[in-house]
Amino acid sequence: MSKTREVLLDPLFNNNPIGLQVLGICSALAVTTKLETSVVMAAAVTAVTAFSNVSISLIRNMIPPSIRIIVQLTVIASLVIVVDQILKAYMFEVSKQLSVFVGLIITNCIVMGRAEAYAMQNPPVSSFIDGIGNGLGYSLVLLFVGFFRELFGSGKLMGVEVLSLTTDGGWYTPNGLMVLAPGAFFLIGVFIWIVRTWKPEQIEEAS
Amino acid sequence: MGRDWKYIVGFATAVCLVCSVIVAGSAVGLRELQDTNKVLDRQKKVLIVAGLLAEDAQVSADEVQRLFKENVRPRVVDLATGQYDDKTDAAAFDQQKALKDPSASHKAESPEARAAGIQRLPNKALVFEIVAGKDIEMVILPIEGKGLWSTLYGYLAVGRDGNTIRGITFYQHGETPGLGGEVDNPKWKALWPGRKAYDAEGHAAIGVIKGQAPGAAEAPHKVDGLSGATITSNGVTKLVRFWLGDGGFGKFLAGFRKGERA
Repeated sequence: MSKTREVLLDPLFNNNPIGLQVLGICSALAVTTKLETSVVMAAAVTAVTAFSNVSISLIRNMIPPSIRIIVQLTVIASLVIVVDQILKAYMFEVSKQLSVFVGLIITNCIVMGRAEAYAMQNPPVSSFIDGIGNGLGYSLVLLFVGFFRELFGSGKLMGVEVLSLTTDGGWYTPNGLMVLAPGAFFLIGVFIWIVRTWKPEQIEEAS
Repeated sequence: MGRDWKYIVGFATAVCLVCSVIVAGSAVGLRELQDTNKVLDRQKKVLIVAGLLAEDAQVSADEVQRLFKENVRPRVVDLATGQYDDKTDAAAFDQQKALKDPSASHKAESPEARAAGIQRLPNKALVFEIVAGKDIEMVILPIEGKGLWSTLYGYLAVGRDGNTIRGITFYQHGETPGLGGEVDNPKWKALWPGRKAYDAEGHAAIGVIKGQAPGAAEAPHKVDGLSGATITSNGVTKLVRFWLGDGGFGKFLAGFRKGERA
């Protein structure tokens, strides 16, 4: 049981895909201007990672090594299209905002990274948990970034006004940096800084 | 390893087959729901700009459809002549699709269109008449054009005199939140109704100025600028003027001004 726990929780802080592995940065910058889109994106990536890990793990002993990457990509691409279709059918507003970035989950390094590094060597159940765990690790960073970007960039959380804006006669002047991509870079940097202060063993040795 | 090419090709084919069945299944199975969503989304936007629905109102799909059916009449307009084209089925007409079809659209050549960042123009456009009883209350025109980062897509509502602005809304854009994104601010949008689209000579005159504009009576053609968003403000001016001009709905609205359609 402790191994399951480890597989699930390790990617949150000890081996965070964004924080330590520095994968999946591109989408973490693009979709985090609002908390709501961050939540949906996080859920979509978690689902895709989990199910692609299961599918790859199920056929791991049958995949010819020479075409394994393209097989993984086919499975991931199919799952992403399914997720995109579901979003368009049930969460139309959000899917409009996420637009192209749902499709770009295909290129999210986390999904393929986990398929190649974990699902190819491990049985389906623990692969599934590994997918969920890495998805959660990604989600954690996305939510962290999305929370601060929406709060300081637009004065809102989940679209509800929290800080009254000067444009509406309030006191808070929105921070323009937060709504642009560089704002997310700073926040991810801060996140990595906090985690590495807490867990100094993650600091790479200077060469 | 010891696997021959037949196995590899067979395996690849099998994976592709399974994946394509899953993808096709989800696309076909969910299409109906997606199409309903798209139609509903557009109906909602039209109702909002017409003032028949509050912006953040949580209403059921049935309610939206009922309101739309009762008050709104979609119609197709031929932009070149400014006349209604009732031969085209408005319910099935898709302006964005027409824009991508070379036989239903043309390259935008005029400097006004260029200034508004418009590359192609449809030959026909889909407008919505808001009717109260038998009379046309106002007509809602689709508008689009470049801001700073993105193309803004929206609707402009013009009263039946063909001159008074009744509302404006942008339903899709990627302008900076807090600056250009303030085109979504209800307070700014509330500055538009009551102002006039055209000057005495019949030229599209309404525009967003720098700073604050007085009320609709003193400054019928001016709307407050969005502070910190000069390029978005100018973009809105250019795109609104273009669509009100002869390249856009100018001829169509002229018919209203002459009272031909009231």
